[in-house]
Amino acid sequence: MSDFSFFLEVVVGGLLSGVMYTLVALGFVLIFKASGVFNFAQGAMVLFAALTFVGFLEFGLPMWAAFLLALAAMLVLAVAIERTVLRPLVGQDHMILFMATIGLSIFLEGFAQLIWGTRVRGLDLGISDEPVEIAGILVSQFDLSAAVMAAVLVAVLSAFFSYTKIGRALRAVADDTQAAQVAGVPLGFIWAVVWGAAGFIALVAGLVWGARLGVQFALTLVALKALPVMILGGFNSIAGAIVAGLVIGVSEKLAEIYLGPFVGGGIENWFPYALAIAVLLIRPAGLFGAARIARV
Amino acid sequence: MNEQGPLLSIAGIEVMYSRLALVLRGLSLSVPRGGIVALLGANGAGKTTTMKAVANLLRSERGEVTRGAIHYDGARIDGLDASDLARRGLSLVMEGRHAFGTLSVEDNLKVGAFSRRDRAVGDSLDMVYRYFPRLKDRRHQAAGLLSGGEQQMCVIGRALMARPRMILLDEPSMGLAPLLVEEIFSIMRQLNAEEGMTFLLAEQNASVALRYATYGYLVESGRVVREGPAAALAADPEIRASYLGLDASAEPGGATLAARRRPRWLS
Repeated sequence: MSDFSFFLEVVVGGLLSGVMYTLVALGFVLIFKASGVFNFAQGAMVLFAALTFVGFLEFGLPMWAAFLLALAAMLVLAVAIERTVLRPLVGQDHMILFMATIGLSIFLEGFAQLIWGTRVRGLDLGISDEPVEIAGILVSQFDLSAAVMAAVLVAVLSAFFSYTKIGRALRAVADDTQAAQVAGVPLGFIWAVVWGAAGFIALVAGLVWGARLGVQFALTLVALKALPVMILGGFNSIAGAIVAGLVIGVSEKLAEIYLGPFVGGGIENWFPYALAIAVLLIRPAGLFGAARIARV
Repeated sequence: MNEQGPLLSIAGIEVMYSRLALVLRGLSLSVPRGGIVALLGANGAGKTTTMKAVANLLRSERGEVTRGAIHYDGARIDGLDASDLARRGLSLVMEGRHAFGTLSVEDNLKVGAFSRRDRAVGDSLDMVYRYFPRLKDRRHQAAGLLSGGEQQMCVIGRALMARPRMILLDEPSMGLAPLLVEEIFSIMRQLNAEEGMTFLLAEQNASVALRYATYGYLVESGRVVREGPAAALAADPEIRASYLGLDASAEPGGATLAARRRPRWLS
């Protein structure tokens, strides 16, 4: 195989795994945009969603029914979080809300395992992981399907934000919370919608990552992969999360292949964080976390 | 509802921030249906806090109404959620404009209609563009890129989209050129005459406010120290001296009424 097609294969593989990082980062970005809160519990939500899905599968339900039920569970969870955690903390400092999400993540991890057990479960989405050859490059079928799912999800979400009444209200809340309330947008409802959307993303991420790693506690750590993505892309930019996810995916694979041999390998795991630190030094707001529009 | 009583009445409210700073000390006022009432006072007198108390925005700033009551259209409204008021026909235009900078002008206006369930939102949009033709020219632009005056028009237009019966207008003149101030105030008068909207107007710029209002209240340190028909207030020598800068003998900086009337140690 020529060097160049090998290079392409690495890039494509990186892009596809980058999509999976994007998927996790999106959940964070959504909530951060709408409420300025870094949701530490996003990883726990991924675990909760995946466990719920697998749990319903084990009842013998077909996959679509399990998906819908798990989605319903995530929406109920979003409303419950709004009522019990966020509403009493309205007007508090962002740091206090952040700490509340730490508590929430601990609760969710325990609650999910209390209901569904701590056993590691396999998850077979019925997509084979056999590589297929496209234009002379070997591509994992599973990664390709995951990428398509993520792309559809992003398209659905951005259409929702751009063209619906609720999406518009959501952007208004992200822009100026008080002014949005005064204009008649109920904050509690919007937060429930945002957390519901984050729950939906967590479910999709949980399925994809769960099929990869098995549905187990380690899924919560997947959220850590989203950190460098958000630092690179900016905490409040959906486009940033997409681009940064891809950049991280590609760069970690390229670094592993081409730099790895010089340092003894294994740099794939820390390279994104090194990249994130470099970005923080040069452009702290991230690539797309631009300052607000302001007339000068 | 009680058709005869005032549309908005504030009865002796006290407002505390963070459970220790008492900002309003028993402030009372009432706004008749179809009236334009001015709330005058210097920086820090409590005008904006009064507006936020009515609009139920204090909770998100760790403030609360600790005494007194606020009635709108005969029903008590303190304790409601801020977003409930738009549906009841009461809209606040906040101090400092607060347009949604990243949204287009038209999206800004449409958010204003969020609480509405009817299908006539398009008509309201036309109405806003009729009153503020400049917004129509710029409707696809991000509101953050508008000039200060246009942003003020945008947020007033946004308030109109909820089809309010009453608008609380907080410092609409802030940072605007005098001609623009006149333009915005005359549109307010037009809305009052043509659409029958009631206004409560908080202003530091007393001379302009008293020309457009029918009645006025003067606030100092969180309570009303003087009230009366706008013409009477504008003619009051003490107010002329302290707030309108029209008396040659006024000390620079203008002492407040309370300080002029009584010795310092009593206030």
